[in-house]
Amino acid sequence: MGKLWLICIASISILLPFLCNAFSPETPTDRRVLVLLDDFAIMSSHSLYFNALKSRGFDLEFKLADDPKIALQRYGQYLYDALILFCPSVERFGGSIDVAAIVNFVDSGHDLIVAADVNASDLIREVGTECGVDFDEDPSAMVIDHIGYAVSGTEGDHTLIASDDFIKSDVILGGKKIEAPILFRGIGHAVSPANSLVLKVLSASPSAYSANPKSKLSTPPPLTGSAISLVSIVQARNNARLLITGSLSMFSNRFFRSGVQKAGSQIKHEKSGNEQFLTEISKWIFHERGHLKAVNVKHHRVGETDEPALYRINDELEYAVEIYEWSGTSWEPYVANDVQLQFYMMSPYVLKTLSSDKKGLYSTSFKVPDVYGVFQFKVEHQKLGYTSLSLSKQIPVRPYRHNEYERFIPAAYPYYGAAFSMMAGFFIFSFAHLYSK
Amino acid sequence: MIFYNNPKPKICSNPTMSNSSTSDLLKPFKLKTKQQELLIRVSILCLVYILAFITRLFSVLRYESMIHEFDPYFNYRTTLYLTQHGFYDFWNWFDYESWYPLGRIVGGTLYPGLMVTAALIYRLLHFLRFAVHIREVCVLTAPFFASNTTLVAYFFGKEIWDSGAGLVAAILIAVCPGYISRSVAGSYDNEGVAIFALLFTFYLFVKAVNKGSLAWGLASAFGYFYMVSAWGGYVFIINLIPLYVLVLLITGRYSMRLYVAYNCMYILGMLLAMQIRFVGFQHVQSGEHMAAMGVFFLMQVFYFLDWVKHMLSDTKLFQEFLSITVTCAVAAGGIALGVGVASGYISPWTGRFYSLLDPTYAKDHIPIIASVSEHQPTAWSSFMFDFHILLFLFPAGLYFCFKRLSDATIFIVMYGLTSMYFAGVMVRLILVATPAVCLISAIAVSATVKNLTVLLRSKNKVAQIGSTKGTSSAKASSKASLDQSQPFQKNGAMALLFGAFYLLSRYATHCTWVTSEAYSSPSIVLAARGAHGNRVIFDDYREAYFWLRQNTPPDAKVMSWWDYGYQITAMGNRTVIVDNNTWNNTHIATVGRAMSSYEDEAYEIIRSLDVDYVLVVFGGVTGYSSDDINKFLWMVRIGGGVFPVIKEPDYLVNGEYRVDKGAAPKMLNCLMYKLSYYRFGEMMTEYGKPPGYDRARGVEIGNKDIKLEHLEEAFTTSNWIVRIYKVKPPNNRW
Repeated sequence: MGKLWLICIASISILLPFLCNAFSPETPTDRRVLVLLDDFAIMSSHSLYFNALKSRGFDLEFKLADDPKIALQRYGQYLYDALILFCPSVERFGGSIDVAAIVNFVDSGHDLIVAADVNASDLIREVGTECGVDFDEDPSAMVIDHIGYAVSGTEGDHTLIASDDFIKSDVILGGKKIEAPILFRGIGHAVSPANSLVLKVLSASPSAYSANPKSKLSTPPPLTGSAISLVSIVQARNNARLLITGSLSMFSNRFFRSGVQKAGSQIKHEKSGNEQFLTEISKWIFHERGHLKAVNVKHHRVGETDEPALYRINDELEYAVEIYEWSGTSWEPYVANDVQLQFYMMSPYVLKTLSSDKKGLYSTSFKVPDVYGVFQFKVEHQKLGYTSLSLSKQIPVRPYRHNEYERFIPAAYPYYGAAFSMMAGFFIFSFAHLYSK
Repeated sequence: MIFYNNPKPKICSNPTMSNSSTSDLLKPFKLKTKQQELLIRVSILCLVYILAFITRLFSVLRYESMIHEFDPYFNYRTTLYLTQHGFYDFWNWFDYESWYPLGRIVGGTLYPGLMVTAALIYRLLHFLRFAVHIREVCVLTAPFFASNTTLVAYFFGKEIWDSGAGLVAAILIAVCPGYISRSVAGSYDNEGVAIFALLFTFYLFVKAVNKGSLAWGLASAFGYFYMVSAWGGYVFIINLIPLYVLVLLITGRYSMRLYVAYNCMYILGMLLAMQIRFVGFQHVQSGEHMAAMGVFFLMQVFYFLDWVKHMLSDTKLFQEFLSITVTCAVAAGGIALGVGVASGYISPWTGRFYSLLDPTYAKDHIPIIASVSEHQPTAWSSFMFDFHILLFLFPAGLYFCFKRLSDATIFIVMYGLTSMYFAGVMVRLILVATPAVCLISAIAVSATVKNLTVLLRSKNKVAQIGSTKGTSSAKASSKASLDQSQPFQKNGAMALLFGAFYLLSRYATHCTWVTSEAYSSPSIVLAARGAHGNRVIFDDYREAYFWLRQNTPPDAKVMSWWDYGYQITAMGNRTVIVDNNTWNNTHIATVGRAMSSYEDEAYEIIRSLDVDYVLVVFGGVTGYSSDDINKFLWMVRIGGGVFPVIKEPDYLVNGEYRVDKGAAPKMLNCLMYKLSYYRFGEMMTEYGKPPGYDRARGVEIGNKDIKLEHLEEAFTTSNWIVRIYKVKPPNNRW
């Protein structure tokens, strides 16, 4: 019995690193998160947010942004699955971290939350630019809204905004509607028009603009109206998820707890929507929601089970793929009615919506077109909020072999008859001609 | 010759054995004159057979036993497939490694004769327990068939003139550079066997016309079938033979022999040729084959008229009947042709055919044909280079042919004249003209030498003219005796004879020199002279292809200009977008467009074709001039022919093509320029020249600071001749 225990412990201790290996295709939710701070006071002033993360099982590691010992990777392995930059004023990261390291971190499939603020450093702005957003270039500019501001005790500069212009996506923001507006105080940014992946999750109202509240407005503000994004997200092509916001204080305990009343509105909410909004969106960022995987891509001729190396034109075939969604703890069947399959060679020759059995299996059957070439089975499922599924599998389609055509065609019987009667006639004629005398 | 000069011609008197005792011993082995002649003839033919083979082995000695150039690599790859998978798989092979994503039905789009021949030789050797590799068989197929061609040339020469002309023809064709250029060891191309098949078919047909037998007609049909299976040049046969028949009909040489030979050859040859999938129904549907069919029907009309003439005794009535029948026949043929063409049943002539008849056609209409160097009009120098003295002997031979017109000589004259015209239109067709030129020149040489020797020996031979010599030489001698009065005639003949031998020996040295210097380069391995006169070998092509084979995923797609497609699939074993089988002009134009666009536009095209690697050939470091930059204007033209956004003037400055600082801005920033000259600006290529000095074009390049955004350098060979770039995936966050 003791021996068995020993084996158990030994095997667990060997397997433990693998079991804990957080970001894997099997368990996409992040585990180890590095939080870089300007100073440790943020730990307590934003403790509600951090505690919410910890309670969901994340292992947060707090470091000062200029700590000379910080590093994202060691021996080529990333130490963290996600990075939270709550250090808007850092001029230079400590250790081996720089913008390129952060970009590489994201490009190898890890997630990132960036919170900038007024007087954000060039470094943070550069990170924003890499992620496809441009912060207002004026370092002291803030988002000001004289109509959509939050009513508060200190009446005056209208830089505390109450915004409720959310992106319409249950996957990103959770199923429960966010009732209360979001309190925001900070710098605005615009999404780069060249970037097709960045999305505005929370936009400013049409009456907002970005300017220095302390100085007089001499030139038209560069960012105005709903072009200003308050919170943006990016889902990179490798499904790394990024959150960029211009306000660090929106994560703070004070904003989480305070009530909110939007100017011009009679409804006074006891509690701002910040907590719900940021918690839900962090679930999305850390892959607790909206993460799909496609497995078991199968295709074969109707009536067969083995996958052929190539098809023949006009073959009937069946295609099936299983798609699952990560619920945060387990893989659940993904249910949708708009997953489409393309049979593609430079353009789709067949485009079919896959039928689902509600247990994750999507399948269809169709006839290979009468065209030979190198085709691809393509599933390009890109739905707002979900990881983009793009499966492609190359499969050549060959023409008929010489002995796969019909041997006798009914339409040709007159010709067969003509040929054979000609032969017979010639034979008889020759015979008669040679031996008639 | 010593046998003839022997005073006692019935005794074999080898000079070393001239003493009486040995001659007594050898008495049982004494040969009659006829036998001696046969022995000489056979031994000469054997020697020529061997000579034709070994003179083509320079490339193996200089380099190694390897396949040359571009197309042979495809032939080699298909032969390999044929030997590995068997005939039926080869016949039905759908190759998805070329023309991605369209693929190519290989079995239906090639002439299988060459591959089947090589595979049969391979099987035979293995049956005889010679464990050779198929590559060795492929390398030596062309020389082997060149040797066989010499035999055919001998019999052909014998058929049209006499055995002496046949022997000379065999010797001339064995070493003629025009033929060697396409049949050196390693040049595993269709032409290697096709010239044999071409000459063999012609020989069999002429034989059939001379003999008027069905058997020879049948043999020529099979010869034609082999030719059709081997090379697209069979169109030349199927047009030349009807033309020849037509000329015979017009000159009143119609005979039953001709009727039998042509009908048998045409009908059976057509039925057999239809068995080749690539040819299919073209014999009854394509405009290029209609002449043969028209002549076939004309033959029937002639036969019918002959019969009517035989039945009718009244010549006047027959004349009227003749005019009515001929008018009706021609009108019916014309209407049938018109209806066929109008209804689309008969396809019009293809561009390639037009470009043969009109040398300027391709330049204006089909850039893809005009871009191939071997399709250019022939320069005078290359006639001289490939034919040497044959160029002067050819008209002389024509003279002799006209002097002794027969059905056979008319044929060779027509073959010579038409093929000479085509040789003038396209460089590569010198090959087709070579056998005719050799045969006609052989007639000239043989007839001249014979006349001269007869003249020389006339005094000695006067006594025995009637007894031993044939009628033709008797005639010549009697003519010579008529000219007896001329002074120094014997010395003159001697001098002329020496002159002839001098010319022929010059021809032999020229041929050997050309073969060794010009035609034995595999062009996949380049050789140059180093600074100290030593030989430098650039093996960059194979280096690059093996890099592809070893370092890229097996399903990687490589984009390059079509010239290198066959080599990449055969040696690199990777999928290509376009290759040397230029069947889809749009696909090639797409690649041309990508190469001549700016990088971001090109990237879209590259992504749409799923390209993983881009391969360019660059000669700026080594001075290798047939690189992609020099071919680039053709990419622009071919791309612009389909996609008008690509305009040739954008790449030229005042109509001048340049790559230096004065080059057009689009030129300096197009993908081809960037890929060729990436990092080249840092490189010092020649002492005393600035960095970035392009040795192939002799200029300093205009854009030295090249940044690539969507592609990255993956591999550059040691002499920079081949550069391979990897296509980056789209930006992760954008």
